[in-house]
Amino acid sequence: MDHERATQGIGDKALDGRLSRRRLLRLFAAGAAVPAMSLLAACGEASVGESGGSSGGQAAPTATTAGSGASSGGSPAASPTSQGGTSPSGPVRIGVILPLSGVAASVGADEKVAVELAVKIVNEETPDLALPLAATAGLPNLGGATVELVFADSQGKAEVGQSEAERLINQENVIALFGCYQSAVTKTASAVAERAGIPFMNGDSSSPALTESGYQWFFRTSPHDGDFSKAIMAFIRAMADEKGADVSTVSLLYEDTDFGVNSAKALTDEAEAHGLQIVGEVKYKANTTALTSEVQALRSQGADVLCPASYTNDAILTIETARQQGYLPKMIVAQDAGYTDPAFIEGVGAAFAEGIASRSAFSIDITEIKPAAAKVNEMYREMAGKDMYDGPARCFTAMIVLLDAINRAGSTEPDAIREALEATDLGADDTIMPWQGVRFDEKHQNILGGGIIVQIQNGEYRTVYPFEVATVEPSYPLQPWDQRGA
Amino acid sequence: MDTTLLLQALTNGLLIGMVYALISVGLTLIFGLMEIVNFAHGEFLMLAMYAAFWASVLLNLDPMVSLPLTVGGLALLGLVTYRGIIAQILNAPMLAQIFATFGLGLFLRGLAQYLWSPNFRTIERPWLGQISGGTVNLGGVFLGVPQIAAAILAGVAFAALYLFISRTRIGLALQAVAEDKSTAELMGIDSHRMFALGWVLGGACVGVAGAVLASFYPITPTVGILFALIAYIVVALGGFGSVPGALVAGLLVGLVQEASPILFGVPTTYKYAVVFALYLVVVLIRPQGLFGRF
Repeated sequence: MDHERATQGIGDKALDGRLSRRRLLRLFAAGAAVPAMSLLAACGEASVGESGGSSGGQAAPTATTAGSGASSGGSPAASPTSQGGTSPSGPVRIGVILPLSGVAASVGADEKVAVELAVKIVNEETPDLALPLAATAGLPNLGGATVELVFADSQGKAEVGQSEAERLINQENVIALFGCYQSAVTKTASAVAERAGIPFMNGDSSSPALTESGYQWFFRTSPHDGDFSKAIMAFIRAMADEKGADVSTVSLLYEDTDFGVNSAKALTDEAEAHGLQIVGEVKYKANTTALTSEVQALRSQGADVLCPASYTNDAILTIETARQQGYLPKMIVAQDAGYTDPAFIEGVGAAFAEGIASRSAFSIDITEIKPAAAKVNEMYREMAGKDMYDGPARCFTAMIVLLDAINRAGSTEPDAIREALEATDLGADDTIMPWQGVRFDEKHQNILGGGIIVQIQNGEYRTVYPFEVATVEPSYPLQPWDQRGA
Repeated sequence: MDTTLLLQALTNGLLIGMVYALISVGLTLIFGLMEIVNFAHGEFLMLAMYAAFWASVLLNLDPMVSLPLTVGGLALLGLVTYRGIIAQILNAPMLAQIFATFGLGLFLRGLAQYLWSPNFRTIERPWLGQISGGTVNLGGVFLGVPQIAAAILAGVAFAALYLFISRTRIGLALQAVAEDKSTAELMGIDSHRMFALGWVLGGACVGVAGAVLASFYPITPTVGILFALIAYIVVALGGFGSVPGALVAGLLVGLVQEASPILFGVPTTYKYAVVFALYLVVVLIRPQGLFGRF
């Protein structure tokens, strides 16, 4: 009897084991299939986004006119239902969404310091700095109210950015949103702000589609990839016409999210406008383990100039692979992002980064001509332990613009802030950027911003174009990889 | 079609495939032994890469010199993980087992970001990157020296692992436990020691992979996610618990990823899609994977 029970027990156990084994297998297969599917879906999404983006761009003008008509008629009715107003006595709360973890976390962390610095300058008296709100403590028109930032981590994912935007608005009661670096994340998060009727300020996403979609609550201080692409192609043209560079053909390499796809579109348009020929383009899966086949494709295209649009990881990998596989165009002019992250120079080594150019909105040598930029950079270096670069500088500027508008609005009501943002008129000396200032057009895109071209020389980013503001002569062509002293 | 281009793609595929295989073998070994999926495997790889990085910064040791240290450290990590976490949940419900390693992975990733910042790190001037400028040109086919070294080391590690498992008494005991734990215990094999050994070996393999990868891939706290995803595919494709399966599947994934753009004109942005499609087809036809036992 006992014996029988024992064998039965063992049998049960064995059966259990097999069952769990099979269940585990199935679960594991399902678990592996989910990322596989999402990857496939992401690929599909990117190509859909391409066509969707262009149609959205065409539809934008009508949407804007219809929207502005509705807003002028409907704003009094809208204000009572609008959410997020805080009591004027408490601090002014602003939600900031950044990639604080994930692949872009290094840039996210630096941009977090930049916006914290902007708020510190506004909240405290910083008399020897010629920027809006620096001399006073707090927001004078709101009774000296201080500003409080509520940070949220997007992990660099569009869906997380969206849910964090909802949380910040509904649970944290922020009066405005700010962020989010990756254009794909900014797209979903700004859609949430648009539905809720909350101002959304962006300084560091460059996909043109973000302002082209005619949102009523979205504002961007930084130039977009259309302007930046114009700067890139104008630079290449000028190198050919004025500096005797023998360049006429261009290859594009770009990652497959909103940033890369929209940048490629803008670059293609601008290349044509500047009489340059795009001989090939290579789109790749962002965050990849290897870029060897992509570099192979570029090598067989044999263009004079390579224009890559990549985040940091892929930018490092591209140059390492190009070096190993003997791919060397005459010029590399990058679409910012990974190529202006200081980690890029460290990653590939100063010798191999030498001569690579990128568009940018900020370069550290701006501090030589703008005293405010020098002072801000000094404070930034104290907090972050490194010099300011493009992304943090753009975020800093956008935050100052937003806080300036909230102060001028004298209220935390969304409609009042939006009106104040629309009335923004800052001059060249009110920002740390090499811009004419900040003024928004009807799509809420800053029309006084502009792009510069920086080139890595002796391990530092130096401004080389426009030639009027250049601090050094551009070098041409790129030196062969094996003739560089490593 | 250009033959040089194809040859280049095939060699690239083989080289990266060996690295994939080496990363995956630890995962498949542990699974074959105790049917636990180590969801922290990618983070083990990340820690191995950081170990190589910090050895180069603090001790001024090239990743190739500090290789034994990295391997030893990761083997120890495997042992500690087994004794501290896995041994406690051996008989726990499956979900608890999944979340234990998954949680460990999240914890390690967060810890790395907290301790070492999310910045991209790269090892300055690794030896492998110095030898003949870091690249070899074989009649128009370019091979990266670090990648060649990685492939060779992966081959050596595989051979050693295979010999250990199939030729030594301990290796046979390991196989016996994987085959049938209860019977092996009746034969006097201490299954807990074998489990611990499995984790040590798994950690050591991913330690080799991390040390070689650190010579040519940027290091961040999230670097493991990408490679772990590939490793799960490799393990499922090759067959759960099969060491030769991991090798074949790793090479297959590398080859498909690199050659499909050249052979079939697949846009490079879809190269992983082809890999996953291959995986789905194999799993539909042979749910146990290419070399799976069950």
